[in-house]
Amino acid sequence: MAENSITQAIQLIAIGGSAGSLDVILKLVPALNPRLPAAIIIITHRKASSEEILVDLLNAKSTWPVREAEEKDTIAPHTIYIAPTDYHLLIEQDHSFSLDVSEKVNYSRPSIDITFESAAEVYGPAVLGILLSGANADGVEGLRHIKTRGGLCLVQDPDTADVDYMPRQAVQQVKIDKVLPADQLAGYINSLFDTQQK
Amino acid sequence: MEFEVQDHEIDILLQDLMESYGYDFTDYSRASLKRRINRLYSLDKFSSFVLFRQRIKTDSTYFRRFVEEITVNVTEMFRDPLFYKTIREEVLPVLATHPFIRIWHAGCSTGEEVYSMAILLHEAGLLKKSLLYATDINPDVLDRLRKGIFPLRFIKQYSENYIQSGGKQDFSSYYTAKYDWAKFDEKLAAKMVVATHNLVSDRSFNEFQLILCRNVLIYFDRNLQDKALQLFDESLDTLGFLALGAKENIKYSPIYRKYKQLDNKERIWRKIA
Repeated sequence: MAENSITQAIQLIAIGGSAGSLDVILKLVPALNPRLPAAIIIITHRKASSEEILVDLLNAKSTWPVREAEEKDTIAPHTIYIAPTDYHLLIEQDHSFSLDVSEKVNYSRPSIDITFESAAEVYGPAVLGILLSGANADGVEGLRHIKTRGGLCLVQDPDTADVDYMPRQAVQQVKIDKVLPADQLAGYINSLFDTQQK
Repeated sequence: MEFEVQDHEIDILLQDLMESYGYDFTDYSRASLKRRINRLYSLDKFSSFVLFRQRIKTDSTYFRRFVEEITVNVTEMFRDPLFYKTIREEVLPVLATHPFIRIWHAGCSTGEEVYSMAILLHEAGLLKKSLLYATDINPDVLDRLRKGIFPLRFIKQYSENYIQSGGKQDFSSYYTAKYDWAKFDEKLAAKMVVATHNLVSDRSFNEFQLILCRNVLIYFDRNLQDKALQLFDESLDTLGFLALGAKENIKYSPIYRKYKQLDNKERIWRKIA
């Protein structure tokens, strides 16, 4: 069903998560096909200045280049960008990043909603939005936006999430394309690109 | 939030702002601007773009609200404490050698960081011979700065920041708490020169030994960033310091070759040529 709905190649994979999502991300990212032609943006709620730790952890585990998203950086395929802590991360029409320190959204900065909405605005159907474990509803509105613009939404099965509130809200409020246990997310993403190449 | 105000409508608004008020936001980063405009549109419950546009064009009080809301006025005292520790330990000892110290806080918003700097100067025994120029595009936030009254609910965080920045005094000695507010000591405000200044259109107005512009350039496109940095360069003494926000950089600007970043990689550069 979801596979058939892909009409445009996925260029951007936006992953959001909060409490309990770090382990999922650290298992998911290294299991991705190292030749996927998309860029990945990861937005998580963390303590200030811990983005360097996440960058280091992912660099150690993954063959993809991993870096913190900097303002005015142009999004390049096959690169993983980590949203810096304490800034909202937005995407411009020319596919470059903007940072914003405006009010927290859903008690969060970075807010997953803001980056998802911005990704949907710019990339439309070429976005795959993924929401993982977490304790608040940040990201749910963002997924709705991605869906409205024709993108694809994937959510971690709440029953397999450390903290199920965030993915459960997503499943209840938005028409999600696929809900999968944590250990099947990477395989599913890889298969989407197989489908594209056929 | 679905975006109600679309890109072409934002172009129209920005054109109106230039024609009616002389404010130019066309070189601001569009993604953030678009979100801010849409946020205000839904916050103030407009039902159509036509009404929104009309209100901004004809009601100058609402226009002021518009500018204040689309520019970001989120700030805090001793924001990024390690940055202030560096100011304390590496910048102030150099400024101390000057007979008179002039500091410019460009885009200072409600002034929490200006008060932070005044406290550092006070503790270094330099406040008496210093002037802090505090400028922003919004006159209303500057009114709040002049009063030096900040919400009490943030003081716990500010107090922690202060200690992390190397502060050794009792932070509560700098303010008087009353109801939900903390009023900061007037001896701090006495050394501040407060004025509206628009980095897009206004020129250099003095020479400084330290210029701070924190989390302002992130809202500008590359072209406007270069223009603002040029303005700072013109306004800075040789061997003066330029301090930016934690995620801002001068490395893509033409002024870059004249500056050297401090060794600890805080976003502070010294003008060496």
